[in-house]
Amino acid sequence: MSVFKKLKDFYMPYKKYLIISIIFMIVTTAITLVYPILLQQTVDEVILNQRSDIVLFLVIGYFLLMLIKAVATYIQQYTGRLFGIIAMYKLREKLYEKLQFLPFRYYDNAKTGDIMSRLTADVQGFRFFLAFGISDLVHFFLLVTISMVIMLTYSIKLTLVTLISLPFLIVVVYKFDKQIHPAFRAVRRSFGRLNTKVQENISGIKTVKALSKEDFEIERFYDFNMDYRDRNIFNSHIWAKYFPLMEFIGSLCIIFLLSYGGYLVIHDELNPGELIAFYSLTGYLIFPIMYLGFIINLYSRAKAAGERLLEILNEPNEIKEKPNPISGKTIDGDVEFRNVTLVYPGEKTPALENVSFKAPAGSTIGLIGATGSGKTSVTQLIPRFYDVTDGEVLVDGINVKDYDLQTLRSQIGIVMQEPFLFSSSIKANIAYGKPDATMDEIVAAAKRAKAHDFIMEMPDGYDTILGERGLGLSGGQKQRIAIARALCVDPRILILDDATSAVDMETEFEIQQAMREVMKGRTTFIIAHRISSVKHADLILVFEDGKIVERGTHEELIKNNGPYERIYRIQYQDQQAVLEAGMKEGRVIGGCN
Amino acid sequence: MDAIKKKKSINPNVLHRFHYSQDRVIEKPFNWQQMLRLLTFIKPYMKNLVPKSLAVVLLNTVIRMTIPIIIGYWILEKAIVEKNAPLLIQMIVLVAVLYLISYVANYFRIRWTNELGQNVIYDIRRKMFEHVQSLSHDFFDKRSGGSILVRILNDTESLQDLFTNGIINVLMDILMLLGIVAILFSLNVKLTLAVLVILPIMFLISSKLRRSIRRAWQEVRLIQSKLNSHLNESLQGIRTTQSFTQEIENMAFFDGINTETYERFRSAVKKDSFFRPLVELTNAIGTVILILYGTYLLLGSGEITIGVFASFAFYIGMFWEPISRLGQFYNQLLVAMASSERIFEYLDEKPLVDDKPNAIELDDIKGHIQFKNVVFSYDEQRPALRGIDLDIQPGETIALVGHTGSGKTTIANLISRFYDVSEGQVLIDGIDVRDIALKSLRKHISIVLQETFIFSGSIRENIRFGRPDATDEEVEAAARAVGADHFIQRLPYGYDTEVEERGSILSVGERQLLSFARTLLADPKILILDEATASIDTETEVQIQKALKKLLKGRTSIIIAHRLSTIRDADKIYVLDHGRIVEQGNHEELMALQGVYYHLLKTQFEMLNQ
Repeated sequence: MSVFKKLKDFYMPYKKYLIISIIFMIVTTAITLVYPILLQQTVDEVILNQRSDIVLFLVIGYFLLMLIKAVATYIQQYTGRLFGIIAMYKLREKLYEKLQFLPFRYYDNAKTGDIMSRLTADVQGFRFFLAFGISDLVHFFLLVTISMVIMLTYSIKLTLVTLISLPFLIVVVYKFDKQIHPAFRAVRRSFGRLNTKVQENISGIKTVKALSKEDFEIERFYDFNMDYRDRNIFNSHIWAKYFPLMEFIGSLCIIFLLSYGGYLVIHDELNPGELIAFYSLTGYLIFPIMYLGFIINLYSRAKAAGERLLEILNEPNEIKEKPNPISGKTIDGDVEFRNVTLVYPGEKTPALENVSFKAPAGSTIGLIGATGSGKTSVTQLIPRFYDVTDGEVLVDGINVKDYDLQTLRSQIGIVMQEPFLFSSSIKANIAYGKPDATMDEIVAAAKRAKAHDFIMEMPDGYDTILGERGLGLSGGQKQRIAIARALCVDPRILILDDATSAVDMETEFEIQQAMREVMKGRTTFIIAHRISSVKHADLILVFEDGKIVERGTHEELIKNNGPYERIYRIQYQDQQAVLEAGMKEGRVIGGCN
Repeated sequence: MDAIKKKKSINPNVLHRFHYSQDRVIEKPFNWQQMLRLLTFIKPYMKNLVPKSLAVVLLNTVIRMTIPIIIGYWILEKAIVEKNAPLLIQMIVLVAVLYLISYVANYFRIRWTNELGQNVIYDIRRKMFEHVQSLSHDFFDKRSGGSILVRILNDTESLQDLFTNGIINVLMDILMLLGIVAILFSLNVKLTLAVLVILPIMFLISSKLRRSIRRAWQEVRLIQSKLNSHLNESLQGIRTTQSFTQEIENMAFFDGINTETYERFRSAVKKDSFFRPLVELTNAIGTVILILYGTYLLLGSGEITIGVFASFAFYIGMFWEPISRLGQFYNQLLVAMASSERIFEYLDEKPLVDDKPNAIELDDIKGHIQFKNVVFSYDEQRPALRGIDLDIQPGETIALVGHTGSGKTTIANLISRFYDVSEGQVLIDGIDVRDIALKSLRKHISIVLQETFIFSGSIRENIRFGRPDATDEEVEAAARAVGADHFIQRLPYGYDTEVEERGSILSVGERQLLSFARTLLADPKILILDEATASIDTETEVQIQKALKKLLKGRTSIIIAHRLSTIRDADKIYVLDHGRIVEQGNHEELMALQGVYYHLLKTQFEMLNQ
């Protein structure tokens, strides 16, 4: 029960709905059980004793009762389900809030699909139990107890004989539940695989067609499609095995009842009316017991779902603000790393090892090095997406841990390697970090990022909706919108993580020209593979395996005979070769050294 | 919403910041033609599963209706009330046997109806997937991956109920309903007519109320799909959100959808909860009629017996089930109409590019490519190529140079015949590509795309994708040849390392090397390279350059080039601008020309040297 206890804040405040629902359910159950008694009265009193005078009285009473029952049923159903819906609303609200603030570390390991299934299927599973499970359980016990009591008052012997097969039914229900549960899970998993397969095929359709591997893909699809079909059929075989059996055991009760009951009536130990009432009551008993399997199923699913929800809710957030953080300060943009070491959770080798450097406000820092050498890690420590393992990261001479996160991050603009744009208008995407930006500010940011011209060519200009149904943008266009988005917040510190990789060289050149303007007065970090992107930096840091192996300006580094010089040589040999070819023709290409 | 309150003010703009496409509420009328077309999927099972299922369903229905008569009339009235012990024993044995038969029939009913339904769904899904595979690029250009996925998986899934239970059950229910009415009439005509008053009421509730309930749930599903879209996006974009500290703004947005979901849910539940009470009340009316009129007949005129009275009481209880299911079936049918319409829309989609009736099979080609005055446009407003003439000799390497949108990729697409030209001709070895069987054409052409697609599976399987019958040795030889062997060996399980599309195991450069290996293994006569400008570190780039040289040897190659070294080595360079070839020649010639090409390079140098 501990899972339900831990999640009680989400439903206990609304327990009044559950209580109302249960009260009205008791009313309906009681009335349900009156029906067989009425039938017995009609048969015994009215028909056998020829008392037509009480018929009207009986009928009016009956109909009134049914009217009350209808109202009670409505209230019971509505409040019970409302109870589940409110809990779902509250759960989702809290989960969403929690997920908004969980650190990058969490998302590095979590799969979107998995979190999604928790937010949808698990929340639903939990709601189902609250909405139906609890009251069904109460209903079950009520119905079984009351009809047992009534039957026992009629005849103890007959009750015992009738219900002799019930233990078998319980065993069968139990076994059914044990088997159907994993089978059902297997169906869901198989569907998940089928889903992945088709999705992969569709996203890679151009590759499939380019290699004309349609038939090969169809073959692979057959396997998944067949597996899904076979698992469904297997599932239905379990149903076929147990469901008719349950019905049959239920039928046995009726056979026993009629045999022994018939014997008793023939020997005048029981009234025929009583037998008919018994006959109805048996029905009330058998079906809820068959249904018990479903309730148990609901309960075990809700428990598993609750556990998965708790995993998210209890996820620790190590990026915490201090009790009285520095808030609202406008920062100058001084950045300093002091002996910073960073080991990502779960990894052994440090991503950064003893990194120190100073970036005075307004300076431009270039970071260069192979994939995985630690450049991106440096930039992720400044907005405190991760905390250092050792050492200090200072902004304006103050440890980033002392800032209010909002104050710190809102003054840092980041353009990531693979920019994410939202299903929203281009305008809203650019203003994402500053929702109250004016149109002029948005356009100005777009112009600086060289995005304005292609935006204006779009059918709805700045109001063009991006995303699934929206126009597809090229990688370079996305990057330029992402740059505009970063510029729109007018950040003190600007981080460009390989921001121009997807644009063609000429556009890159244009953006760089524009950026030079933009970078004035801001501390800028540029991560790049191309020497041309970093050569104008005030300080270039060359990374290798998490360490700074070289530092200095472009002029200093090309004379250093180190890794920077090697990269420079490789990148410029193209130019040399072309240059030479141009020279052979006896022409001088403008702009060369 | 404490956190929201904490923040001083939320800009109202954020409450509408995201837009998600919404399906319309589908209310399709019943359509016979479509239904018949849907039923053709049952055809393969008409000889075996269908008659078998029908037989057990019929048997079961008959038994289920007979048993109450035996119990009501023979056991309760004749045997028990009249105290006929031998009859009681006989009848009870009979009932027990019938129950047993029903048990067996039920067992097979569940098995066979499910097998039928699952097989039909399997067939539909298979047919759809096969058909979608055969469609051309333009189909995929127009649709998002997500919407195609939904049709292949979910729309077919929603037909499942119809084929497993729906059609078979509806027969059973109609049968049962007719049977009950027939039995009641045979017992007593007057009482039956009186009691049948409730039937139309039940039909009304079943169709009208159900309809309004179904609409309410549809509204719930629509908002939920919106909610899910947002959840999905907010998770994928979480890093951006945190960078721009938009967490609280997004919570305000989410609160809007979450609240609306809650409201729609509540309104659906409100309607839904009416259903059962109303049904029960209708049943109660039936019982009232039965008691009043039944006792009158019983006591007054003695027209009926106690047994008949009891049977009536029993059958009235049985009315509801089939009617309710018929109502449900009608709803299923409407849902199925909407789904099948979407399925047929895809199945009716013709591939724009397709084989001619007697298309030529190309066994071997030399690799001679010609474009003769080719004009092409993706849509009418934007011509992509405005008259292109090309002659690429076998074994030649040519480079296509030009701005984004100048038509480079389009030329590559036309060689593989992913699209058909609007005017002019594309010829391979002198044969118009439209006369060649697509498969045999593409067999000889390999394309390395800018975005390398990695399929989930092992590295080995991904390379082998180029030629499924390649041996392990051949796969590894190909990897070695392009210099991919080095990084593959370093992976935890070498060639057997599992990779996936969005996985982070491989870097962009490594993915590209992998696709080179894939291409080398396929050993095409014509190679098209859409060179990437993506983020590759310098060391990897050097490796890729080396691999490229190996790859180009002995093939006709078309390179959409960005790197100067590749351009320089090409036999011929075509400079494209707005769908036209503006310059052509080798590097030296074009440099001498001091035209577009020269200026293109010059700007790049200026940028490098600035």
